[in-house]
Amino acid sequence: MSDITADGLVTGSPTRIADVVAKSLVKRRAKEKRFRMYGIAAVAIGIGFVLLMFGTILNKGLPAFWQSTFRLDVTFDAAALNLPTRPVREEGQSMAAFQQTLYEWQNQVTMANWNGLIQTSLQKYLPDAKPASRLRALVSSGERFRLRDMVLADPNLVGQTVTVDLLADANVDVWLKGNIDRDLADNQYLLSPDQRAWSDQLYEQGVIRMAFATSLFTNVDSRSSPASAGLLGAMIGSLFMMLIVILVAVPIGVLAAIYLEEFAPKNRLTDLIEVNINNLAAVPSIVFGLLGAAVFINWMKLPLSAPIVGGLVLTLMTLPTIIIATRAALKAVPPSIRQAALGLGASRSQSVFHHVLPLARPGILTATIIGVAQALGETAPLLLIGMSAFVANVATTPFEQSTALPVQIYLWQANEARNFFEARTSAAIILLLAMMMMLNAFALVLRRRFERRW
Amino acid sequence: MSNYLLIGGLLILMGVAYQYGARRSRAVSKASAKHLHSLPSHYGAMVALACGIPAFGFLILWSFLQPIFVAWVVKSGAPPDIAALSGPDLNQLIGRVTSIASGYGVSDTASAFEREAAGRLSNFLNIVSLAKIVVAACLAVGGLVFALRRITPQLRARNEVEGVIRIVLILCSTVAILTTVGIVMSMFGETIRFFSFVNPIDFFFGLNWNPRFSSTGGGSGDFGLIPLLAGTIMITVIAMLVAVPVGLMIAIYLAEYAHPTVRTIAKPVIELLAGIPTIVFGFFALTAVGPFLSDFGALFGLQIRATSALTAGVVMGMMIIPFISSLSDDIITQVPGAMRDGSLALGSTRSETIKKVILPAALPGIVGAFLLAVSRAIGETMIVVMAAGNSPVLHANPFEAVATVTVSIVNQLTGDLDFASPQSLVGFALGLTLFVITLGLNVVALYIVRKYREQYE
Repeated sequence: MSDITADGLVTGSPTRIADVVAKSLVKRRAKEKRFRMYGIAAVAIGIGFVLLMFGTILNKGLPAFWQSTFRLDVTFDAAALNLPTRPVREEGQSMAAFQQTLYEWQNQVTMANWNGLIQTSLQKYLPDAKPASRLRALVSSGERFRLRDMVLADPNLVGQTVTVDLLADANVDVWLKGNIDRDLADNQYLLSPDQRAWSDQLYEQGVIRMAFATSLFTNVDSRSSPASAGLLGAMIGSLFMMLIVILVAVPIGVLAAIYLEEFAPKNRLTDLIEVNINNLAAVPSIVFGLLGAAVFINWMKLPLSAPIVGGLVLTLMTLPTIIIATRAALKAVPPSIRQAALGLGASRSQSVFHHVLPLARPGILTATIIGVAQALGETAPLLLIGMSAFVANVATTPFEQSTALPVQIYLWQANEARNFFEARTSAAIILLLAMMMMLNAFALVLRRRFERRW
Repeated sequence: MSNYLLIGGLLILMGVAYQYGARRSRAVSKASAKHLHSLPSHYGAMVALACGIPAFGFLILWSFLQPIFVAWVVKSGAPPDIAALSGPDLNQLIGRVTSIASGYGVSDTASAFEREAAGRLSNFLNIVSLAKIVVAACLAVGGLVFALRRITPQLRARNEVEGVIRIVLILCSTVAILTTVGIVMSMFGETIRFFSFVNPIDFFFGLNWNPRFSSTGGGSGDFGLIPLLAGTIMITVIAMLVAVPVGLMIAIYLAEYAHPTVRTIAKPVIELLAGIPTIVFGFFALTAVGPFLSDFGALFGLQIRATSALTAGVVMGMMIIPFISSLSDDIITQVPGAMRDGSLALGSTRSETIKKVILPAALPGIVGAFLLAVSRAIGETMIVVMAAGNSPVLHANPFEAVATVTVSIVNQLTGDLDFASPQSLVGFALGLTLFVITLGLNVVALYIVRKYREQYE
């Protein structure tokens, strides 16, 4: 019944074939299992990376939202301060000259002995501290300007005693949070042994406590006093850029997509545009930075470090994303809608603007938000147009110097005060990620709410 | 300030024109007892456009011309030493004169010439701003009246308005082309200027990268591309070694094995990585991965620097995983079900089906995804800037610091831009190199992906 051919293959013998298969089956099943395990391992690695990254950043950054803060009773002693009187604009004095005298007066006010006030109020808690001037270093050096601004805003404060929250110096914060090893040699600390002891003492007395770091949101970046460095300037800069992206990229992107999808004849030019857009979407972002440096700054002479330039560069960068996504949204609207509109005598413009576009709106909106979120996190092109400069002002127009959130992160991570700024950088990252996630969540909600299946 | 008022006024006028046009078209239709060709709103829009376009065009033109006129007024009648000024000095003078003319003044005393020029300038500006308003108003009203008089029932207002819309649409879609042209032109221009300082052969084949500073006299640095390219390739290879196996296996597992619930959870979580800004990856590499790898290497007696090609490569691989996994996932699910079923029906196991049927069928698409990922890795900047250590020396040790093309662009062009020194201009030559490489990869990848799509459509 069964024939065995010369090369040993079995034909027509069910039992023998089953044997061969059964023999190999163990191996094949093991292989199958192994392959499956590889897959599970890969997914686990991927998810592990995500968890690891978020874990690290949250772990490092969350404590930075609470910062060592003094609660002090400060007496604004008129004799100790000895403030000059504010100049008044004289008859015939030009505005510029008056500004000059005002500026000089502000300098004199700033030179007043604000640190002395802080020292006196600290001495109340540490009467034995010697030399008492070393106490000043415990309070962040920028905080004296806060006292100055309080008096400038309300001159009646002079002579009164007010309870004020003052930020502790960055080194004190690092010491109290345990972000630096407590058993190092003395010469490795920036604080002297007595200053460290005072900090601990004040913390136990409750004079220093961990308060929510509102300064992170209300201050601008600071070089001289790291403890009061904040993100306000960077957030405003990013906000301006987002506004420019929304105002410029969205209309241009949507209109371009409408043309390419609904009107454009199929010819070489539109083919070229299409290939071009697909390629632009994959051009490295840094190349857009080069374009910005050459065109907007060198040729058009727009100001360096200004959000307007950053916004325009990010606009060019997000444009392809918006165009591609809008086209997809338009494509998803069934042709019957267009045909019905045309059949009733509408022109092509009318059918597109009155019928297709409203139906595609949720998709377009989602795509736009995702594009904007992407632009919010982009760093490399901004470095090339000078946005990495140190800026201590809040920009009031897009033409003034400013930084942006991701660039601020870049600047902070490079700060030499690593112990303090590592946490602060993570906090800034948390803020950036939170903003991006909010945008993405909004997009998701929109999609869920308005998505329509045809 | 007066500009905003002017723009506001024009917009109001356009609104009025729209109303007028619409009303007029109805009146005309009623008077002649004929049906209008278009809707009244089209007539309104046509009149509004005729009113707004010439006036705004004039204002835009004027904003370009004004600085030229101001410079001319300031300079006219100037003593020869001032007339000879140029560049920043001239701009400073114009700035001073303008602020005197505006009544704000300067903090020090102005010279006699500056005061005299300021007087002339303020006269000129008074006249000009008046003239500007008058001309803009004339153009707007003229356009309005002209368009109103054209309204007849036969006038094809809809076609005209839609013609304007069409032109706007075309202009918008050429922005993308202009961007590419801008990229190519600007980089070509600066690169050619760079090559007037440095021999192209020294640039493309030079083995040393040491640009020095532009302030230390002349362009006598070394601008060799090879060490940077080697660093770029090393990091890209490491990134791909991390990303391709993991990304591909994720795609296979999620597409072929995973339970739908697992898929709906795992896929978005992994794709979360794709939305995270690269600066965050850079920070993660710097503070977590680098120290970890360095400690880990020390266990085996290996000396791994915290900022090295390995650190940057591994983290970049993490960044690219979702890119590869979601692209491959799309491609794998596109393979027709009949092929899968056929293979399973013949008795092969699922892994055999994947390895022998699905992957070969999906290979072109996966290769395309791979190339796109490579181009992304080559162009990635922030991770490398922060985690690769920036040492532009030619070596083959992944545990040491390297520098890449993108890092050098950032280094050469951060801070003050000086478009006359090779130290800055080399950034553009590097950018052009980068652009050409990534463009080549993209074109090939998109071609492959498109071909593949057609195969199964």
